[in-house]
Amino acid sequence: MSENTIQVRINQTTYTLPQGATLADAVTAVGIQPPFAAAVNLQFVPRGQYAQHALVNQDQIELIAPITGG
Amino acid sequence: MTIHDLTPDPLVLYGEHFASRLMLGTSRYPSPSVLLKAIETASPAMLTASLRRQTGSGGEASQSFWNLLRQANVPVLPNTAGCHSVQEAITTAEMAREVFETDWIKLELIGDDYTLQPDTLNLPEAASRLVKSGFKVLPYTTDDLVLCQRLVDVGCQAVMPWAAPIGTGKGPINPHALRSLRERLNVPMIVDAGLGLPSHACQVMEWGYDAVLLNTAVALAQNPVSMARAFADAVNAGRAAYLSGAMQAQDSAQPSTPVLGTPFWHQA
Repeated sequence: MSENTIQVRINQTTYTLPQGATLADAVTAVGIQPPFAAAVNLQFVPRGQYAQHALVNQDQIELIAPITGG
Repeated sequence: MTIHDLTPDPLVLYGEHFASRLMLGTSRYPSPSVLLKAIETASPAMLTASLRRQTGSGGEASQSFWNLLRQANVPVLPNTAGCHSVQEAITTAEMAREVFETDWIKLELIGDDYTLQPDTLNLPEAASRLVKSGFKVLPYTTDDLVLCQRLVDVGCQAVMPWAAPIGTGKGPINPHALRSLRERLNVPMIVDAGLGLPSHACQVMEWGYDAVLLNTAVALAQNPVSMARAFADAVNAGRAAYLSGAMQAQDSAQPSTPVLGTPFWHQA
């Protein structure tokens, strides 16, 4: 990791993103297709706020999608 | 008020009316097509669904399931399965609300991984915070009367006690507790988890429960579609029996056929 990058965990996999990256950048990096929802450090982030939600080093990001359930 | 069907005896939850008193899980079926046929056969009030991390080929499976839900056109009840803390459950519920575009949430807060028993100490706090956030909370709970009362106290308009641990199919393992609970609480109650046979579903409906929620008993049947029908029929039969008012059991035999006029009676 350089001074110009941050490391974040997305669905338990480490990604290196540029400093100033947002949640929208993280979503793009993973390539997840809708429908899905996001949380950063166990806090829900509404879809409309991805581009404004700045990430910091070591953020834990969860991107989850529908599956079967009981 | 949303009216899903103008049935004469609807299930009413949070002011919404449902024609069916059966709720069906969507997991563990042999195939998506079998699941869809089971849904079409049972016509459930709601379908449960969940959220998980998308990894590898999981994206295709998720998209396929999403399309199936849209095709089924049945209200979705997302769950918080696997959550072990209040914050996990709340965040998962918020994510589910956005994905499934619904305020309904089946609140699962697991306290023990072996029995999948709910975290009874923290369940009311989770339910309270979700209710305050506008969710229509259906909490998966044990059959503990005081706990269920607390859930009602914090704003749950219905509760979902287990019959037995999830996926066991044992049927009601503590009939006394379930019957006492039904007699003491005056809110809609749905028996969730542990049912294995249609007779189990019929039994709890006869006791006055308002609905049942099940998954494995249908999904793991040799013929899930036929079993879905059997459970739907059992739920209807149990409900009809409850509304009909069952006779009181007697210790001594009572002849069904009138004794008066019996031929050869005391002839000797």
